[in-house]
Amino acid sequence: MTDAAPTASDARAPRGVGARLLRKEDDRFLRGRGQYVADIRLPGLKDVAFVRSPVAHARIKAIHIPAAFRDVVFTADDLAGIKPIRAVSGLPGFKISEQPVLAVGKVRHVGELVAMCVAGSRAEAEDIAAAVELELEPLPAVHDMRLARAAGSVLVHEHWGDNVFLETNFEVDISAALDAPIKVTREISTARQCMAPLEGRGVIATFDHRLDQLTLYTGSQMPHIVRNGLSDCLGIEQGRIRIIAPDIGGGFGHKGILLPEEVCLSWLAMHKGWTVRWLEDRREHLSASANCREHAYDITVYADRDGRLRGIDCVAIVDSGAYSSYPFSACLEAAQIASILPGPYRMPAYRCRTYSVATNKCPILPYRGVARTGVCFALELLLDAVAVEAGLEPGEVRLRNLVQPQDMPFDNITNKHFDSGDYPGALQRALVAIDVPAVRARQQRGEPDGRLIGTGVSIYCEQAAHGTSVYAGWGIPMVPGHEQATARLTPDGGLELRVGVHSHGQGLETTLAQVACEILGVDPDKIRVVLGDTAMTPYSTGTWGSRSMVMAGGAVGTACAQLVARATRIGAKLLQLSPEAVVWREGRACGPNGSVSLAEIAHTWYRRPQDLPADVDPAGLEVTSGYKPVRDSGTFSYAAHAVTVAVDPDLGEVELLDYVIVEDGGVLVNPMIVDGQILGGLAQGIGTALYEEMPFDEAAQPLATTLADYLLPGPTEVPAPRLFHMETPSPYTMFGVKGIGEGGAIAPPAAIANAVNDALRPLGAELMQSPLSPRRIVAAVLAAKQASAT
Amino acid sequence: MKAASFAYGRPNSMSDALALLADADGEIRIMAGGQSLGPMLNLRLVQPPRIVDIAGLAELRSVERDGEALVIGACVTHADIEDGRIPDVTQGVLPRIARGIAYRAVRNRGTIGGSLGHADPAADWVTTLAALGASVQLTSSAGRRDLAVTEFIQGALQTALRPGELVTAIRLPSLSPAARFGYAKACRKPGEFAHAMAAVLIEPDTARSRIVIGAIDTTPIVIDDSSLFGGAITEFRQSFDRDLADRLLMQAGVTDPAARHIHVSVLARAIAEAAP
Repeated sequence: MTDAAPTASDARAPRGVGARLLRKEDDRFLRGRGQYVADIRLPGLKDVAFVRSPVAHARIKAIHIPAAFRDVVFTADDLAGIKPIRAVSGLPGFKISEQPVLAVGKVRHVGELVAMCVAGSRAEAEDIAAAVELELEPLPAVHDMRLARAAGSVLVHEHWGDNVFLETNFEVDISAALDAPIKVTREISTARQCMAPLEGRGVIATFDHRLDQLTLYTGSQMPHIVRNGLSDCLGIEQGRIRIIAPDIGGGFGHKGILLPEEVCLSWLAMHKGWTVRWLEDRREHLSASANCREHAYDITVYADRDGRLRGIDCVAIVDSGAYSSYPFSACLEAAQIASILPGPYRMPAYRCRTYSVATNKCPILPYRGVARTGVCFALELLLDAVAVEAGLEPGEVRLRNLVQPQDMPFDNITNKHFDSGDYPGALQRALVAIDVPAVRARQQRGEPDGRLIGTGVSIYCEQAAHGTSVYAGWGIPMVPGHEQATARLTPDGGLELRVGVHSHGQGLETTLAQVACEILGVDPDKIRVVLGDTAMTPYSTGTWGSRSMVMAGGAVGTACAQLVARATRIGAKLLQLSPEAVVWREGRACGPNGSVSLAEIAHTWYRRPQDLPADVDPAGLEVTSGYKPVRDSGTFSYAAHAVTVAVDPDLGEVELLDYVIVEDGGVLVNPMIVDGQILGGLAQGIGTALYEEMPFDEAAQPLATTLADYLLPGPTEVPAPRLFHMETPSPYTMFGVKGIGEGGAIAPPAAIANAVNDALRPLGAELMQSPLSPRRIVAAVLAAKQASAT
Repeated sequence: MKAASFAYGRPNSMSDALALLADADGEIRIMAGGQSLGPMLNLRLVQPPRIVDIAGLAELRSVERDGEALVIGACVTHADIEDGRIPDVTQGVLPRIARGIAYRAVRNRGTIGGSLGHADPAADWVTTLAALGASVQLTSSAGRRDLAVTEFIQGALQTALRPGELVTAIRLPSLSPAARFGYAKACRKPGEFAHAMAAVLIEPDTARSRIVIGAIDTTPIVIDDSSLFGGAITEFRQSFDRDLADRLLMQAGVTDPAARHIHVSVLARAIAEAAP
């Protein structure tokens, strides 16, 4: 045990904001006592298996259900009155898709739900599903987003007339950049990926006749939003729905949507009276649900000879799949690209057109880093190309273009408001740590094993906890307002915090307790954090967008501050002082000559009210309060990633030799947990860079439907990075915290690709597509050899 | 991902096992560790009405010497070989290959006979045992026959196994002290299926060589003469004919030049390793 990691029982160690407190929830997780949806046992539980479309695009002619199974197989015809899932964006020109919970008329992607089968076990339900026969009239499939935009393409939604959910345009005088002496143009693409949390989705639905209430257990990041969506689809009032999200084994966005399966199981519970369960298996997860990230860019960067940016001109396409998922919609990813592409770089001119394109693939979902991973990949790869043209080190080009700390707060060319930070400072520290001159010297020497060494950097920024003003503009079904928290003292002086966000690995049971401890002085061991239940927590849009520490942390802080005021007034009564004569210190109301503890105050309020005078404040010791940062345009955390790689040009293999991260997430509530967030994100970023890809054939069949085909990085692929923190507080949030949940996953693909390209530069090879698979690397090397030979 | 229902038999003796196999009038699958068959069942890629699990048969876990050769029971696990629980006549080649198979959890249950019977072109044993000149002992209620591994493997997931027949042992000739062996494979991650694999056996005392290129979509490419080295194995490292290897891969249906380049580079590394 080091000094940096105090034990949970070490009462002398600081336990509030900034403490590296061990996680309260880990006691149950590390003992295998977490409770996930699949661990829940209810009497009479039946299992559901779905008949899913085996093809990407077809008309449904008939669904043949064997007579023996008529009573346990249900299709869209049975679901009278159930509305399709609609996630409409308010952005002008958005075309609406209606996602039927069970297919109606057509199937539009492999894995689309067609029928549900109920049995005593999953295996038997799968037997029934296998016996259901689909009569399908195949249609040509839209498998490629670039081809989807071509005139005459097959249409995913015929009445649209094309395959474009939404086109957006943004421009600041691009003509001013066109005469720049350096102009680099590239086509860049990122693979379609799957999110792959350890726990897949899972749903149990049951109906409680006493409460006249549907109870849905579901692994969700946003139980209140699921309730909104379910209420809309089922056509029942919200009071008749209770959503319980138990322990969640990783979310990453995959658990931030309304599932058609949730609607289906709810219908079964309500109309058949059954308690039913569906647990997503890995094949369903990979082929039918968790897709994300597929971007394509045609991008040109203009610069002066000294590497200073003159402008960016970009056309970006995102493969949104067949339907708009609820609540984030089919266009959040593409439409964000235009606003976030320039990031922390200064430039006088900019143009970006984006297309959210419908294809016969499953709907794209928001994955950790939403849009930013692709944007960072595109821009940071182009900056390296500019560096080559300008004859400068890649780090130097960035230093010449990054916003300077004295210019904070900074509104960039797309009017993103950067709250604070020292971007050049972070980059310089990363460059020093990775030791670029040493890498250059090593490159000169060459490697005895014939591998090529390269180094690369990338910088990202992560807008987090962006609120009402930002989301009102998107006009999607979910706009976050004031975040609320309930802080409730128990009669024995314990504290219960109730929040509508959820924790799926973030350690919020610990960090929210640290916030309360900081303000109220209650030991985190005596604080219980209640999450994941619409019946127990205040409304919230949930956990997404790296918002929970800023928003729920702020709400907990606000509620606790009000609790301090109330407890102080009661304490003053007990001390027979005026409230002005009493201060709150370390969990006690302190007067000049004595003090009274929070536990004594709580005990008196709840159990000995006769000791309080008649004019005591009647508000009590339970507070629900709301919070928003001073400005709700978001906090901007950021980092510089630097990596040194060795590339085997014959086998196309990449080894990460050294990895450095210098990150600034503002004030860190628990730096140990932040380290964990960054490490997990790094692993996912390495997956994006080198391994993860869901390819499709021309019939839009997904080709990586098991984890033998869809490769995830494991312990042997993820190096221990060297991690450095900077703490520039946000001027707008409580304690100066910033959201940091996603950043680790954003920068690695760009840094690694830049390092690989740096290594391959002597061969003239360059890769602009992720993942950088062995085949792609070798193909690029062979192509370069061929080009130099002719 | 739950298996379709099947009848499961776990015989206690060879004779019971062979009787079960002989009686089977429908499709039957033999399970000898289940590390490949298990996932295939769960994915319903195979839906056999009956499974005969032979992993408990003591006869199939025995190892004996037969003159210079070693006869390894089909149900000896990769871990048994990795950990040196069986004798070695290959100067360390066998345990080294075993160590590189998938992950330890797979090696604990996966068996050498099961691997050959499954005949995945990317399996380490398929390539290695072919290069080492091993043969397979096949037993049915009608009797026993031996086939060279190169004849036994007939394609991706295809073998010469007849209905009612069982792989009971692998017969491995001993490696002469002068023999040179090299092995290389390329995997996206340690333990994942290889996308390129090659084994090289050079026997200077008999002037013979055997090269096997595995992890292609069909039967491994076996080169039993010294054509890859210009007709003579002296100075084989220097005389390796990359173009010929490339052409052989092309003929075997590897049309992607980058994939061929990786295969040939892996072969070159196996050859380099075999070189003195």
